Amino acid sequence: MTSPAPSPSRGAPAPGLGRPIVDARGLWKRYGPLAVLKGVDLSVAERELVFIIGPSGSGKSTLLRCLNRLEEPDDGSIHVDGIELLSPRTDINAARRRIGMVFQSFNLYPHMTARQNVMLALRKVLRQDRAQAEAVAARALERVGLAERMDHFPAQLSGGQQQRVAIARAIALEPRVMLFDEPTSALDPELVGGVLNVMRELRQDGMTMVVVSHEMAFARAAADRVVFMADGEKLEEGPPAQIFGEPRHERTRAFIRQIDRH
Amino acid sequence: MEEFAFAFLNGDILREAWPILWQGFLYTLALAAITVPLGLVGGVVLALLSTSGPRAIRLAAAGWTDLFRAIPPLVLLVFLYAGLPFAGIDVGAWGAVAIGFFLNTGAYYGEVLRAGIESVPRGQMEAARSTGLSRGQALRYVILPQAVRNVLPDLVSNTLEVVKLTSIASVVALPELLFQARQAQNATYNATPIVAAAVAYFLLLWPLVRLISRLENKALAGR
Repeated sequence: MTSPAPSPSRGAPAPGLGRPIVDARGLWKRYGPLAVLKGVDLSVAERELVFIIGPSGSGKSTLLRCLNRLEEPDDGSIHVDGIELLSPRTDINAARRRIGMVFQSFNLYPHMTARQNVMLALRKVLRQDRAQAEAVAARALERVGLAERMDHFPAQLSGGQQQRVAIARAIALEPRVMLFDEPTSALDPELVGGVLNVMRELRQDGMTMVVVSHEMAFARAAADRVVFMADGEKLEEGPPAQIFGEPRHERTRAFIRQIDRH
Repeated sequence: MEEFAFAFLNGDILREAWPILWQGFLYTLALAAITVPLGLVGGVVLALLSTSGPRAIRLAAAGWTDLFRAIPPLVLLVFLYAGLPFAGIDVGAWGAVAIGFFLNTGAYYGEVLRAGIESVPRGQMEAARSTGLSRGQALRYVILPQAVRNVLPDLVSNTLEVVKLTSIASVVALPELLFQARQAQNATYNATPIVAAAVAYFLLLWPLVRLISRLENKALAGR
């Protein structure tokens, strides 16, 4: 290992986990005079599930979107699976194959069936032939429990099913890390469970995951580490028991009290 | 009544004029087959530049579009055909028509397609890019198919206007339907060929008009 051992303030991955897959340092992002990220570090180890929580406007989604460069940080460095993401020499399209992303509003392609949604990048990015892409897409959709809905269009699927197709679209590319941007926020309550189950299974299969979400029960049960952000800064982080049980920071305490009331 | 039929619905005149009218009809079809694809290509290019280029290029594309929507196509065509030779550039009748329609109808198709592209939510491009597709691939496979679908009635409607507009090629002496009808009228001192041309345009374009109505009703129902 060439990178220096991260200091606790950098957010050391929980012990017993693998090498860092994501290593972001000193990320700054400004919109005009407003700084949304103020020098944030985030390191995520192989097979780790990191939860990012915080009030709206805290910069948590921006941080997540920097990790596959949907958002361009103004300063800092990001390594994902050893690739220097912000280097101008980096082929960002090749790098993004290793970084799956799931969005709050699913963003399925409405003019394609579930299977075609999954197949598009397999065909055009991985250059698989039709038969191979069909088989890989079918397996990915089976994994999220939608084998029977493969030929449905997004409009014919429930929100929960659409989100599971979106997860299948990402995992079909066999990413090294999955980013979830509020994956259940747009769902009716009765549909949330199905999506969380799929995420739980992904975790059991050893997927590295970074999740921005308000699903606190899920965070308590499944996360290795919880990061609390406010005003563009990482205020504290630690195992869920610590963050939820005995938060050090007053703002963390206030935030968790407020969330738990709902 | 008899005089009216003699002047406008004269069977003998029609039989006499039929061969050159038919030839004109074929020219009109050929003009449509050239101008519609040219306009579409120009429109796609303009729409892409005005939605996804750097700011300076977006502004230039918008200015270009404004310019060629504001210049009457007939004026543009006459300038290309009869004005450019003064600069030593002779593009000929076909060249003038091809360039003129590329500029004019390209601007109109460009506006329609730009609206279509802007109607596709931002998240579509982000989702596509997050799976490793390049910007071009995302436009081709994800954005443009949805954009075209969203403005299909307007695209077909614009196409209808383009086909009608091909009649202005008569002023640069291309023997299309209107030009031939005028020739026949002058040769026979009878208006029947003009009536026949109008009927021919109607028969050619009426299916397109019906299609637009159906697409518009479908779009309303889909809402």
